[in-house]
Formats: sequence, structure tokens, C-alpha cells
Amino acid sequence: MRRARTWLPGLLLVTPSIILIAVFVYGMLGWNFRLAMTDKHDEVSEGEFVGLQNFIDIWDQPRWHLSVQHAIVFTVVFVLGALVLGWLLAFLMEKGIRGEGTFRAIYLFPMAISFVATGIVWRWLMNSGTDERAVGLNRLFDTLGLPQWQWFRDPDWGMAAMALPAVWQMSGYVMALFLAGFRGVPEELREAARVDGCNEWGVYRHVVLPLLRPVTLSALIILGHISLKVFDLIVAVSGKQIITDVPAVFMWVAVFDSHDPAKGATIASYIVLSVAIFVIPYLIWSVRKERRQ
Amino acid sequence: MTAVSAGRRSTVFAWTRFGVLIAFVVVFLIPIYVLLVTSFKPLTEADPSQAWNLPQTWTTEAWQVAWEKLAPGLWNSVLLAVPGSLLSCALGSMNGYVLSKWRFPGADLLFTLFLFGMFIPYQGVMIPLVQLLVGLNDLTGLQGVFYGGIPGLVLAHVVYGIPIATLIFRNYYVTIPDELIEASRVDGAGMLRTYWSVVLPVSAPAIAVVIIWQFTSLWNDFLFAVFLTGPTSWPATVMLNNIAGAQATPYSQQMAAAILSSIPTMLIYILLGRFFMRGLMAGALKG
Repeated sequence: MRRARTWLPGLLLVTPSIILIAVFVYGMLGWNFRLAMTDKHDEVSEGEFVGLQNFIDIWDQPRWHLSVQHAIVFTVVFVLGALVLGWLLAFLMEKGIRGEGTFRAIYLFPMAISFVATGIVWRWLMNSGTDERAVGLNRLFDTLGLPQWQWFRDPDWGMAAMALPAVWQMSGYVMALFLAGFRGVPEELREAARVDGCNEWGVYRHVVLPLLRPVTLSALIILGHISLKVFDLIVAVSGKQIITDVPAVFMWVAVFDSHDPAKGATIASYIVLSVAIFVIPYLIWSVRKERRQ
Repeated sequence: MTAVSAGRRSTVFAWTRFGVLIAFVVVFLIPIYVLLVTSFKPLTEADPSQAWNLPQTWTTEAWQVAWEKLAPGLWNSVLLAVPGSLLSCALGSMNGYVLSKWRFPGADLLFTLFLFGMFIPYQGVMIPLVQLLVGLNDLTGLQGVFYGGIPGLVLAHVVYGIPIATLIFRNYYVTIPDELIEASRVDGAGMLRTYWSVVLPVSAPAIAVVIIWQFTSLWNDFLFAVFLTGPTSWPATVMLNNIAGAQATPYSQQMAAAILSSIPTMLIYILLGRFFMRGLMAGALKG
């Protein structure tokens, strides 16, 4: 152990950040959780401690059930869609292709746009008007002789449609991750597999794909945590409508329209828990892995 | 014989590959076509039957109206994103330096605790944050500064930007040889002097990545803005959502406003795409 005189200045320099993170991240997460355990259901009351009552009571609300179902459908379609599409694009490009820079730039540029702007153009594309009132994709599909859809207004599959703009926005990012992953596989390893008698498919199956697992995991974590807290996109496409409600929008409504802080805090706590449950093990795993290297 | 057929097969594969990639380019560009074409249409061509057509008369009417409505929000976004990204940079650089080159006991644990801050859904801190900023308004007597103002929004973004900024700088500084730091120490330079004369002069790439990353996130943020700001301090995203959410706003104005709000980040992406990419990768590939 080095002497304190050596490391103390360093600690002092990061102290402001330590305090800010301690208060604004951990302090406020705790404060929010504490608020969720009170009966402060309006702006003025003090709020008595009621334990986990709010966390149980919220399951009596049909709107909560709907918003959880919606978040699950959205997450599955968005995460799988972006993962598969991003992987496919990277796979097609990994050996180098003429104009690669242009392809990459086009697939990636939606990342630079806000979810709100994306939502506005996709709301037009996914307009549910049909036949002579059809604009957007329905108009295009009608011209091409394809069936027209209700898109995000569909009572069963609306949230799957809602995931389309998110896939559009994020699959370029996944492509970039996988492309870096593909390129990180040493050529000698591929060559060695070929010498051992693997055909090109075998090289992918036995050498490349296993080495892509860490990248896949990173992509899953990033997409998953974006998905569980999705808010901007939903608001920009359909506002506060119940047909596309998700926990983040429900929380917003609870705070600003219902003026029910305890309920808002309860929903927020559920969102945090749903993310923490897979992010914490991931962070511990990746820091440990780094230390081993 | 087999060599020939294998060669032909790989040519077929190459063309299929190219074709699929081009098809996706078309799909990816459809929303951009819609944005541009619709924004230049006069109201007389708003009929659904002409939805996908090019405008018969090109006009910037919609752009002018959208600019008038959106300009205050764009200005607020500048006031938010420029100081916000510079402050993030300063904090991130100091933290990254200490956590990579001037480590103290428990630095790894602290870094992990910081990283979790990058992944928390901000909904989980939003209600206490609003209460704290309202409290700061009352405490300082500066109504509409912390809660309902740009300074409060900058504060929030800078604080919650600490993890990603620290991560990017730390991972960059790890690549600076320890010998350089040691040499500076042997010469009698302290921590701050070494930072100033050895580390900061080579930090340009990391500074660019952090500024671009933070500028883009602050510019595009909607969640914090919607909870923490009021009508006079709404940034472009909130104003854009309000413009587009009003039933009376024609599509042409909605699309023009959406493009206007995206121009700064699109320019950054086009001009500095290389750094933008590195910021993206930093979020995923640690070390």
C-alpha cells in the first residue's frame, strides 16, 4: 500500500463527483423508493409510511397491467429486431465491401436524431387511415397491392409496430458494435480453423460466433435498458393514449395529471428494478473481467 | 471445374450481398425522403393521394412558419447543450485522470458505482430531483432558475453525464504510458501539474468524443426537459413535440420543424462522424 500522501490528492480531486453521484444517483434512488413506500397520494399530504402497499396495490389497476404487457411486447420486438438486423448488416459487411463508409454512414445516421423527431416522421408513416384516407405506409402498401394495417393503433400488435421506429434508430448502432466485433477476430484464428478442415460456414460457427458473445451481451444490455425506460418515442408517436401506454408514460401521467407522487415513485421504482436486475450483474461481471486481463 | 463453380458462387454471393445492403439503404432512407418531400409541399398538395409524390410546386412556407415557432426552443437548446457538454468534459477529464493514473484504494469499486449511474432509468430520480430543484429555487429566491430554468437542466445533465464522461476519459488515459507520469513525478511535478503539462495536452481526442457525445445527448433529451423546464425554457425537443402534437399543425410544418431541430446533431454527425462513432463504442466496449 502506497502512502496516503501519494493518493490523497487524487481522492480530493474526484470528491466533488463522488458527492454529486452519491446525492443525485444513490440518494435520489433511495429517496424515490422511500416516497414509494408512503401514502402521499396528493401534493399536500405528509405521507405516512405504508411499506410495500403501493407496490401491491398497483397490480389492481388495469392500466398498469396494460403498460407492463406493452413494455414486454415492445422490448421483445425492439431488442430482437435491432439485434438481428444489426448483426445481419455487420455480417454482410465484415469482409469489406466497396462503399463501406457510405453504407455505414447511412445505417448509423438515425442515431444522431432525437426520438422525438423520429417519432414525428414515423407517426406519419404508421398513420392508421386506410384506402382514400391512407397516407404513409398504408398508402404505399395500397399502391403495391399489399394489405393495410392499423399499425400502433392495433389493439393486439400495436406495440410491435411501435418498436419499428426504435429498430430503425438503433440497428445501425448494433451493426457498428458487431462490425467491430467481427473485425476483432484475429485472421490467424480463422486461418487455423481453415487449415483444420473447416469450411467458411464452420469458421463462423466454431470460431467467429463464439468470440462475438461478449459483443452480443453488451448490445443486449444497451438495447434492453433503452427499451424498459422508453418514453420520448411513445410520447412523440401517440402522446398519452392508453393503447400505447408503457410504465414510463404512466409514471409521467401519475405525476403531472393525477398529482400522485407516491404512485409515480412506485412506477419509477419498478422501472429501476427491472433495469437493475440485469445491469448490476453485468457491471460486476465486466469490471471483474477487466481486472483479470 | 470446382474452382470455377466456387468462383461463380462467390460472385453470386457478392452480388446478393450488395443487393441486400442496397435494399436496406432504401428502407433506411424512406423516413428522410418523407421528411424532406413533405416539408417542401404547399398546403394545397396536402391531399393523402399525393402523400408520396414530389411537390409540384416547391415552397419554403412551412419552413418559415416552423422556424418562427421553433427558434426560441433552438436557442434554449444551445444554451443547454454548449455549457453542459463543456462542464461534463471538465469533470470527466479530472475523474478519468485520477481513476487511471492517480488511483486511491477502492478506486475500482468507486468506478463501478459511477458506471451504474450510466444505466439507471432517470425516472427513478425524477421526482426527488424536481423536489430538490424546487427547494433550490426557494432557498436562493431565484424563481425559475433551478426548477423551470435552463441552469437546473444543465445541472441535471452534467451530474448524470459524469459516468459516461469519466468512462471515456479513463479508457483513453489508460493508454498513456505510466512512464510519462512517473517521469513527471520524478521531475518534482505534483498531481495537478502533471495533469496540466503531460495529460491535458494529449487529451484532444477524448475531449472531442465527450463533447460530441454529451452535446448530442443534451440536444436530443426530452425526459429531463419535460419534467424540469417550463414554457420559457423549453428546449427544441419539447417545443417540437408540442408543435407536432397540435392537431392543427399541417404535416409540412411538422416535418420542417423535425428537420430544423435535427440539423445541429446531423451536422456534427456528418463532419465529426469518426469521433461520434468512438463515443458510441465507449458506451459498450469497456477497457
